[in-house]
Amino acid sequence: MDGFMYPNEVELQWSLLIVLYPFLTGLVAGAFILASLERVFRVDAVKPTYRLALLTALAFLLVAPLPLQLHLGHPERSLEMYFTPHRSSAMAMFGFVYLWYLMAVLVLEIWLDYRQDIVLLAQSTKGWKRPIYRLLTLGSYNISPGALRVDDRVGWIITLIGIPSAFLLHGYVGFIFGSIKANPWWSTPLMPVVFIFSAMVSGIALVLLMYMVTSFFRRTTIDMRCLDTIAKYLLYAFIIDFTLEMLDLIHRIYESDESFRSLDFMVHTRLFLSQILLQIILGTLVPIGLLGVTQVVKFTEPARKRIYAVSGILTMVGIFAMRWNVVIGGQLFSKSFLGYTSYKVDFVTREGLLPTVILLLLPFVILYVLIKILPPWHEENIGTLQVDSSD
Amino acid sequence: MILNRRQVLLLLPAAAAAWEFVLAGEPEAAPNYNMSEHWWGMLLDITKCIGCGSCVRACAMENDVPDGYFRTWVERYHVSDWHLENPQVDSPKGGKDGFPPAETAGGKNFFVPKLCNHCADSPCTQVCPVGATFGTPDGVTLIDYDYCLGCRYCIQACPYGCRFFHPTRHTADKCTLCYHRITKGLTTACCEACPTGARQLADLKNPKDPIHDFLKTHTVQVLKPNLATGAKVFYNGLDGSVR
Amino acid sequence: MSKFRDSAHLLRVAAVFILGTLAFVALRAAVVPKSFGRYGPFRGDALATITSHPIAYAGHGTCEACHPDVQETKAKGVHARVNCESCHGPLAKHTEDPGSVIPVLPEVASLCVRCHSQNSAKPVGFPQVDAKEHSLGQPCNTCHKPHSPGFDEGGKK
Repeated sequence: MDGFMYPNEVELQWSLLIVLYPFLTGLVAGAFILASLERVFRVDAVKPTYRLALLTALAFLLVAPLPLQLHLGHPERSLEMYFTPHRSSAMAMFGFVYLWYLMAVLVLEIWLDYRQDIVLLAQSTKGWKRPIYRLLTLGSYNISPGALRVDDRVGWIITLIGIPSAFLLHGYVGFIFGSIKANPWWSTPLMPVVFIFSAMVSGIALVLLMYMVTSFFRRTTIDMRCLDTIAKYLLYAFIIDFTLEMLDLIHRIYESDESFRSLDFMVHTRLFLSQILLQIILGTLVPIGLLGVTQVVKFTEPARKRIYAVSGILTMVGIFAMRWNVVIGGQLFSKSFLGYTSYKVDFVTREGLLPTVILLLLPFVILYVLIKILPPWHEENIGTLQVDSSD
Repeated sequence: MILNRRQVLLLLPAAAAAWEFVLAGEPEAAPNYNMSEHWWGMLLDITKCIGCGSCVRACAMENDVPDGYFRTWVERYHVSDWHLENPQVDSPKGGKDGFPPAETAGGKNFFVPKLCNHCADSPCTQVCPVGATFGTPDGVTLIDYDYCLGCRYCIQACPYGCRFFHPTRHTADKCTLCYHRITKGLTTACCEACPTGARQLADLKNPKDPIHDFLKTHTVQVLKPNLATGAKVFYNGLDGSVR
Repeated sequence: MSKFRDSAHLLRVAAVFILGTLAFVALRAAVVPKSFGRYGPFRGDALATITSHPIAYAGHGTCEACHPDVQETKAKGVHARVNCESCHGPLAKHTEDPGSVIPVLPEVASLCVRCHSQNSAKPVGFPQVDAKEHSLGQPCNTCHKPHSPGFDEGGKK
């Protein structure tokens, strides 16, 4: 500890797991927004990633509550949030937003989009997958053109509702921080907006990387029109995100209120690596530069793929750093503005590095299982499937 | 349930007596205590605090506060000249063992005891997701240890740093204004132990409480008034440098 | 008719949602504590738990009931407002069983300096001394009576 802190402030309350949580929900929101680009805004170019984006969102959404459960002092009491939610608490209301998004948006949309495949697979598969498919049909085997039209129509409506729901999902996480008047690093109306746009950036980058990785493993050619379009939207989201973050920074520097000197010192010392280096330079300026250059200079296909891959990875690192800077940064300085503490990440403790790494890898494991059960690509399906363009 | 007239006549007075308690809101273990008759606060007199740490020790003993965590603590300020935004502050072990002599000479020096402000518009109760921390009808902010999830949102929301995470109970914890004492007519442990009368419990709803006269005759402040928490811990003689 | 048949699977989804909601409501009714909401948005029984915490400090009123002589001495001196347990520590156990729970007298050497050692942050006018210079190694109660330590009121030994 340096300087003076209130005696109870020296120990951090929210750990690496709470850094992970907004990172995961951000990926969900971002991946979903990319999927909705195709469905609602008719950006046909990104169609090859539609189903992959939805499954990615689901995989990450399923893992998202786990860091929270590990962090709680009494995880066995967590259902209290659903039974006796305190209506003035953003955290309590978020439980319902999560549930709404999971069940009424994501699961329902995936089910409607996959229903034809599910019914066909329920009839044609043998083995352990068959009962799963039969359960997923909910007993209805109607895949007539009329039924499929109904599915399409309802799915469109759900995607339409899903876009503000996705914003609500991650904007709420931003509000959980942004509404804390006690903490000047968090308390700003920009917080939900910054969270939403950084979520979009990370989610779009994730889908871009997943598309490249899955194409590599499947040994299929990448649709460059799709990839170029995703990269373009990534650039747009980045520009908005960067503008918002710079606005927050410039506003703070200009107004220079009682917290500024303390926060400024914190950023230049304890957060220098994670904020200046990882988040701003490597995580934002470099990817924006690389992606921006591809818009003006015509690179070859292999070169563009490499640029996109590097940008995507740097983006993911940068957005994780941003979550770190918000959550951990908000606890490193004293609310007396007279001192600082430090945060040491342990390795094999409940809230340490090892569980975090496991929770980062778990969604990919779940995604693998989801892809096996609900293949996004029709070439992998056996049996009597019609080849249609919703690929 | 169908009652005959005699049964109703017998039940009515009993119901009336019980109803009075229901309306009054009586915490079960404290008979004769009526929550609606009290509105608790505290008065801290900076001009009287000698930084002995008796309050910190008494609180720890009365409430089994774990070592290294503080339901109340004392800070020492050193303000050199006009540099109100740059005080030198220390609080060795929360002031539990008193304070060693200061190294810096001159300037303005004083002690500031701190505790939960039992805010009327408490930001901590606002953010609790399950209602495990709450404000009682008599103005005390409490924690239900059997209901708290340990999410620590309340600890983040408190502007005064008075909350901590209990290391063995794994719930949030903080000053209870010795609710188990004040509902029985005693004063808080910290006020009992304070040798100079720097700390005094105040019942803002009691017309006979000396705090009413005190507030009329002294300039008092609360901590961080810009956050509009409705803090009910009033400070006499609080310097502008106090954070 | 076929239009309805084509939407029939949506009814199955709706049924799943309704069943889920009913299960949630039933579980909630079973699990939520009955005292929740009695006094406000919290578990009413918590107040009983909190108020039943054992008391450690008896309060000076209780001390004075059995020790009026000490109270009389104290009331005349500068320590009039210093409560008994401020120096003697928590004594509720003693008041419950005065015979067998005998409080240990505090150690004078460390006790008095806790309040009276010189410190620039203490209010001017508060009696504070540099212990070594003032008492030259002697314990404080060599010259001062703890219950009435001021010399004007005959506190000197």
